[in-house]
Amino acid sequence: MMRLTWRDLPIGGFVIEPGNARNNLTGTWRTERPVIDQDACIRCRICWMYCPEPAILELNKPYTTRGGKKYDMTYEIDYDHCKGCGICAHECPVKAIKMIPEVGG
Amino acid sequence: MLGIREEIVKERLGLTSNYAAAYAVKTVDVDVIAAYPITPQTTIIEKLAEFVANGELDAEYIPVESEHSALSAVVGASAAGARVFTATAAQGLEFMHEVLHITSGLRLPVVMAVPGRALSAPISIHGDYQDIMNARDAGWIMIIASSAQEVYDSIIMAYRIAEDQRVLLPVMVSYDGFLMSHTTEPVELYHEEYVRKFTPRNLSRYRLDPRKPITVGVIASPDWYYEIKYQAVHALRESKQVIKEVHEEFNKAFGTNYDLVEKYMVDDADYVLITYGGASSGNAKEAARRARERGLRAGVVRIRLFRPFPADELVNAVKDAKIVAVVDRALTPGDVYEGPVFSDVVSALYSRNIEKPVISVVHGISQRTMLADDFYNLYKMLDEYAKTGVYPRSTVFLGLRS
Repeated sequence: MMRLTWRDLPIGGFVIEPGNARNNLTGTWRTERPVIDQDACIRCRICWMYCPEPAILELNKPYTTRGGKKYDMTYEIDYDHCKGCGICAHECPVKAIKMIPEVGG
Repeated sequence: MLGIREEIVKERLGLTSNYAAAYAVKTVDVDVIAAYPITPQTTIIEKLAEFVANGELDAEYIPVESEHSALSAVVGASAAGARVFTATAAQGLEFMHEVLHITSGLRLPVVMAVPGRALSAPISIHGDYQDIMNARDAGWIMIIASSAQEVYDSIIMAYRIAEDQRVLLPVMVSYDGFLMSHTTEPVELYHEEYVRKFTPRNLSRYRLDPRKPITVGVIASPDWYYEIKYQAVHALRESKQVIKEVHEEFNKAFGTNYDLVEKYMVDDADYVLITYGGASSGNAKEAARRARERGLRAGVVRIRLFRPFPADELVNAVKDAKIVAVVDRALTPGDVYEGPVFSDVVSALYSRNIEKPVISVVHGISQRTMLADDFYNLYKMLDEYAKTGVYPRSTVFLGLRS
C-alpha cells in the first residue's frame, strides 16, 4: 500500500471515497474458512442475511443437485473479504456450511 | 472608528455575559443547539430556548439527558454540515471530556461557551478556571474573554475561525463564571446583516450527505492514527495566523481593538502581571494604576487567546520587564508549580531565550474574593523581589487563610 504522509490524508480521518472497504482484503484475517455444500444447501438465504461483512455472494448461477433438484441460484463465499467468523455455519438450518481450518496441523 | 460603530450597532442593552453569548449565537444564525443545564451556564441555553420558541431563531433545539450527549449531538449535526452551538461548565465539561477530543479529532467547527467554575469535591457552584484548564489538551481553540461585549464579539469571531477551511477546529469561548456570566454590563449588539456578512457559511467542507457519501469517525490502525492526529496538532498550531487575520478583519469591520494578548501599560513596565478572564484582569489593571500613582512602573498583559498559546506575542509584551507574575485561577496539583498558565509562560520565555524571574500566583479559586489591593500588594512584592534578588520558587497562594 502507498505510504501516505500526514499532508496527503483527508482531514479528520474521513473516508471520502465511498465503498472503498472493497479494496481492503480482510480475508487474510481468517483462521477458518466456511465451505458450502451446494447439494445440501436449500437456498434459504439465511447465511446471506446474517453475514456481517457481507461476504456471502448471491449469484444467478443455476445448479442441479445430485438428487436432481434444480435451483436458479447459488450462494458462494467471497473469500477476499470473509473474516471466517462462522456466523453463517452457525445459522445454517441444514448444516450445509462447514468451517475448515485454514492452516493444517 | 466611531463612524463604523454608529452604522453597525443596532442597540445597546444591559446584558450578562451569558445573555451576550446567546445573542451572538442568534445573530450568527445557528442551525442546531443541544445542551444540558448546569450552573453557571444555564441562562445561555434558557435564553436560546426562548429565542427558538419565539420564532426569533430558526434552529433545532435538542434538550438532551447529559453534557456527554449534548456535545455528541452537536458533533453529529456538525458532521452533517450544520452550524452548531452548545454550552457547559464545571462537572458538565468534565463529563463531555472524551467528546472534546472527538470533536477536534474529527475537525468539526463546533462553538461552545464555557463560563468557568470550580470542580467538585467539595461541591462548588462558584467561578474559577479549573474546568477550562482541564480541557486545554483536547485540541480546541480556546479564547478567554474579559467583558460581556468581548464574549459577544468573540462568539461571532469563533464561527468565522472554526469554519475557516484552513482551520476546521472547534472553538471554546470561556469567561468568568458568575463574575461575568451573571453580571450585567452594557453590550452593543450589531445589525444582523453585518454579522452574517462577517460569518458566511463554509459550504465546501466535507459533510455527511447521502447524495455524496463519506465515512466520519473511522477506526485508524497504528499505521494511520499518528498521521491523522498530527494533522489536528498542526492545524491548531497554524490556526494562530488565521485567528490573527480574523481579529484584524473584525476590528476593521466592527471598529474594535482585539488582539491575541491585551497589553495595559506594559511598554515601559518593570513589573508585569499576566492574567486571564474578567475579574483578575480588571483588578490587575486597577492595581497597576494605583501602583503607578505610587511610582511603580506596573503593567498588565491579559491572555485572550489561550490555545494555541500566543508565545511570541506574550514574550514580546514582557521581554523588557524586570520581573513577571502569572496569576492563575486554576490548579495543576503536583506539577513543578501549581499554576497551569505559569508553566506555559515559562516555557514560552525559555524557548525564546529570555531569562527573567517569573512568579507563580494562584488566586480566585472558587471565586475567593480578589481585591484590587491584593494585586497592588503583588506589585509591591515584585518590587521587593527585584530589589533583593530573592523571589519565591514555589506557587504563592493569595487569599488563602494560613
